[in-house]
Amino acid sequence: MSLQEVFRNCAEQRRSALIGYLPAGFPTVSESVGLFEAMVRGDGHTPGCDIVEVGLPYSDPVMDGSTIQSAAERALRNGFRVRQLFDVVSAVAASGAVPVVMSYWNPIHRYGPDAFARDLRAAGGAGLITPDLVPEEAGEWMEASEEHRLDRIFLVAPSSTEHRLALTASAGTGFLYAASVMGVTGARESVSDSARELVRRTRAHTELPIGVGLGVRTAEHAAEVASFADGVIVGSAFVTRAEREGQDGVCAFAGELGRGVRTASPEPAGG
Amino acid sequence: MTARDLGGAADPDELGSPDSGSHDPDEGGHFGPYGGRFMPEALIAAQDELAAEYDKARRDPEFVAELDRLLRDYAGRPSPLTEAERFSAHAGGARVLLKREDLNHTGSHKINNVLGQALLVKRMGKRRVIAETGAGQHGVATATACALLDLDCVIYMGATDTRRQALNVARMRLLGAEVRPVSTGSATLKDAINEALRDWVTNVADTHYLLGTAAGAHPFPLLVRNLHRVIGTEARQQVLERTGGLPDAVLACVGGGSNAIGIFHGFIDDPGVRLIGAEAGGHGLDSGEHGAALTSGSPGTLHGARSYLLQDEDGQIAEAYSISAGLDYPGVGPEHAWLADSGRAEYRAVTDEEAMEAFRLLSRTEGIIPAVESAHALAAALRVGTELGPEAVLVVNVSGRGDKDMDTAAHYFGLVPEAGITGEDQQ
Repeated sequence: MSLQEVFRNCAEQRRSALIGYLPAGFPTVSESVGLFEAMVRGDGHTPGCDIVEVGLPYSDPVMDGSTIQSAAERALRNGFRVRQLFDVVSAVAASGAVPVVMSYWNPIHRYGPDAFARDLRAAGGAGLITPDLVPEEAGEWMEASEEHRLDRIFLVAPSSTEHRLALTASAGTGFLYAASVMGVTGARESVSDSARELVRRTRAHTELPIGVGLGVRTAEHAAEVASFADGVIVGSAFVTRAEREGQDGVCAFAGELGRGVRTASPEPAGG
Repeated sequence: MTARDLGGAADPDELGSPDSGSHDPDEGGHFGPYGGRFMPEALIAAQDELAAEYDKARRDPEFVAELDRLLRDYAGRPSPLTEAERFSAHAGGARVLLKREDLNHTGSHKINNVLGQALLVKRMGKRRVIAETGAGQHGVATATACALLDLDCVIYMGATDTRRQALNVARMRLLGAEVRPVSTGSATLKDAINEALRDWVTNVADTHYLLGTAAGAHPFPLLVRNLHRVIGTEARQQVLERTGGLPDAVLACVGGGSNAIGIFHGFIDDPGVRLIGAEAGGHGLDSGEHGAALTSGSPGTLHGARSYLLQDEDGQIAEAYSISAGLDYPGVGPEHAWLADSGRAEYRAVTDEEAMEAFRLLSRTEGIIPAVESAHALAAALRVGTELGPEAVLVVNVSGRGDKDMDTAAHYFGLVPEAGITGEDQQ
């Protein structure tokens, strides 16, 4: 399934897509596969994530708060290697969700953007989220992703100007990742009004689905975000549940969030 | 110094495109294939704002005059060019001239950059400044400028470095700055930069990130280089007056590379002048424990720019090592990457041992205790002088003074009982 099809199916069910993040190889490669499967399975009542962000652990994750930083450090300490990413992606694809990779640019630069795109596609990956690659610097990635039919998911932020929203929207495919607040990843008490405003501004420039991330940590947040966005992205809160409660906790949390995105009353704002 | 040194309106060449001879990067901040902006989207607006404000400021005679005044009356510029006769005897007899950035207020070249950026912060109407620091030199300089210009100041410093440089932590706190130790990753300079970037992305509306070296995302490499160009402009004029000609080589140490790019730019259009950067060779390139991104690294992206860096085969950033905290960084400014590829500048690795020998030699022959960072450039000068012989004239940038390094030196040479006298020859 492609990202486009996932968002279309969700729209037909009049709900937002649930997008979950965990780092690959956290705490080990095999355990991370179990956690990803749990995140997709849900709690037995409600299915979990429609789309899974497989994070590539990186030594210098400047967009991440302490939760994801320490999870990535742990994966690296346990010997995670980039080539193992593709095994994890294959496992996620087999579990029924659509996998996308989230990675800082340097490991991909090092691997070779074309080789990375080729191997990601072969593993069943649908696209790549690039937190530190803006369209102006993405020339090589535009080519590689075209060549290997992968979606390019760029970020927009509350500080993005109208010009930059338009530029980013036209360079991206699959969906746009709206960073709900100015800041790094990490669970927050509330989802700021700036998310709603950013989604509204971004819609003026694109037909692409818009996913909202940064700070979503409860079913209530998920329901709130689902009322105005096409995708609800949950990262750090999944990491915390995985650390504390393992697979069972991740299954339960995925089910809760799954109900969250199904109970929202969507504002049909073009999405 | 004049408006020309700041890229002010007095000299149209300095404002032009890369092909007009200004050596500026392209509009996206690229020096050849290096530089650019590998940054989170959330920070692009702030980078754009800074680039636009700097572009206006560099043409504004009032801004230029205010910075000139601070550099002269507050920082103590111009810094002298000192003839190092006794040191020269050890450099194959080549004539060695020292550019004395160690005599600036706060003890290093860092003050040139922080005064310029702090004035820009005032222009942008921001109140809060954050910065990273390794050895503490840039942190102290930033805290100083913030005290002078009444700005709130937060300094991020690797926890390892706060222990190595405890006195500088005290200096920053005395100057009114808040020092936040960073214990993630390797707990050194690169992690302090990561943490400063996280702060910036959260507080960018009222906060300026006062980056301390000519690296990072555009416009920092251009901005910091231009603010340090005064070193090279002065040095060129001084060496012409002193010797009646241009030097054979100009040498400087390179961590991020700000003092080097500043002095190099004074001579960059003089093709007969060799530009030589000394990187941290640590325990030797073969040991794997060093900070020599140009001599031993490979291209990649770190902290916002494409440049050479130390990384493993997966693109994970490697930990750098150097006896000097200021060179203990796995990356380097993008313009140096371009100068290395194009061959205009050359880069050599200098080991801890060579640097410490030069550190002691300059202290004993000239009565000048240099920063351990600068001692890398001095060690390179000893080698280059020996290669070129007594006819050669070398200008070496003494980028900072060694007061901050006394603890390192005391341990290294066994100078005090607490540090354990090693029985090494103290003459």
